[in-house]
Amino acid sequence: MAGSTVEYIQHHLQNMTYGKHPELGWKMAETAQEASEMGFMAIHVDTLGWSVAMGLLFLFLFRKAAKRASSGVPGGLQNLVEMSFDFVDKLVKETFHGRNPLIAPLALTIFVWIFLMNSLKWLPVDWIPGVAHALGADYFKIVPTTDPNATFGMSIGVFILVIFYSIKIKGVGGFAKELSFTPFNHWLFIPINLILELIALFTKPVSLALRLFGNMYAGEVVFILIALMFGAGLFMGVLGLGLQWVWAVFHILVIPLQAFIFMVLTVVYLSSAHEDH
Amino acid sequence: MNMNLTLLGQSVAFAIFVWFCMKYVWPPIAEAMRERQKKIAEGLDSASRAQRDLELAQEKAAQTLREAKDQSAQILEQANKRATLTIEEAKEQARAEGQRLVEAAKAEIDQEINRAKDELRDQMSDLIIEGAEKILESSVDEKAHSELVDKLAKQL
Repeated sequence: MAGSTVEYIQHHLQNMTYGKHPELGWKMAETAQEASEMGFMAIHVDTLGWSVAMGLLFLFLFRKAAKRASSGVPGGLQNLVEMSFDFVDKLVKETFHGRNPLIAPLALTIFVWIFLMNSLKWLPVDWIPGVAHALGADYFKIVPTTDPNATFGMSIGVFILVIFYSIKIKGVGGFAKELSFTPFNHWLFIPINLILELIALFTKPVSLALRLFGNMYAGEVVFILIALMFGAGLFMGVLGLGLQWVWAVFHILVIPLQAFIFMVLTVVYLSSAHEDH
Repeated sequence: MNMNLTLLGQSVAFAIFVWFCMKYVWPPIAEAMRERQKKIAEGLDSASRAQRDLELAQEKAAQTLREAKDQSAQILEQANKRATLTIEEAKEQARAEGQRLVEAAKAEIDQEINRAKDELRDQMSDLIIEGAEKILESSVDEKAHSELVDKLAKQL
């Protein structure tokens, strides 16, 4: 039982990986061992597939609403889209004081996309992986945000934008000056300032990615543990059912919250990148 | 939990989604919502304007009504006055006419009386002469007596 439990958990935390194995060449990883041996030259098919699917779903829904958008009375989907639009728009207007046509769509994309990816967690952990297993895929993980690759992929994108706009608005000199002379405005403190500021700068994408990943991953692990209870007798099964429900309800809070935090921090980081001291 | 090419894939997907959103999703929605906001603002504005217009019109109508009432009262009064006047006039006229008729009648009556008197006088003188002739018959000196008769006739 103990062995199979560990196996079950590990199995659920392993992505479906396609990559170049140093000895076996390009192939689908059959074990976690093989997957880790592939190193960097591999992709998580499930992560990428589901995240792209969710992204396309977002764009499809919003594009549909955008195409039908008129100044008339809005319908159902229209209302939903406009509500999220308005929500993001208001937040960006309050937080971001510069003028940049990229920020608001970026925030909207982040919020809805992450929300959709996170909401895959509401599906019981065995459903879609079970189907995938029946179709021949050994490993299948459907929530992209439980994969650090996905969260870092996004946070690095945000980080590149932060660097880009910092340099664009303040110039290379201005950006360097900001890094060197804050928080202590004296030339003697330049090394200390640089160390502090650079750490602060590089912490941004890391914390952004790890916060989302950590929350989602931990939640996923708990779901997996609860799923384990279904195989441990009637009493544990019923208890598991209750816990599953409670945990899923709890995620009504967690899922939008994490999407929201990611979006707000992105806007805040970009806002500070636009501020010229 | 291996870091691998998925990272790049995710970044690229992220960039493409953001680009698409910025290009094709955000602007039309923003435009439509701005438009709607304007429309609603205009609608509210025109509603309040209409309300004001209505109030104005109501006030105007009330004023017109008041004026009309005043005017009608005035007209009625005038008409009453005129009617009284007309009646007075008519009465006066009738009285004058009556007077005139009475006078005319009196004059006619006087005339008639005079004529009757004349006639009577003539007839009487004739009768007297005839009577006197009969009484006196032939013995009467016509010449002497005619003076007397004339005198009598004149007295009559």
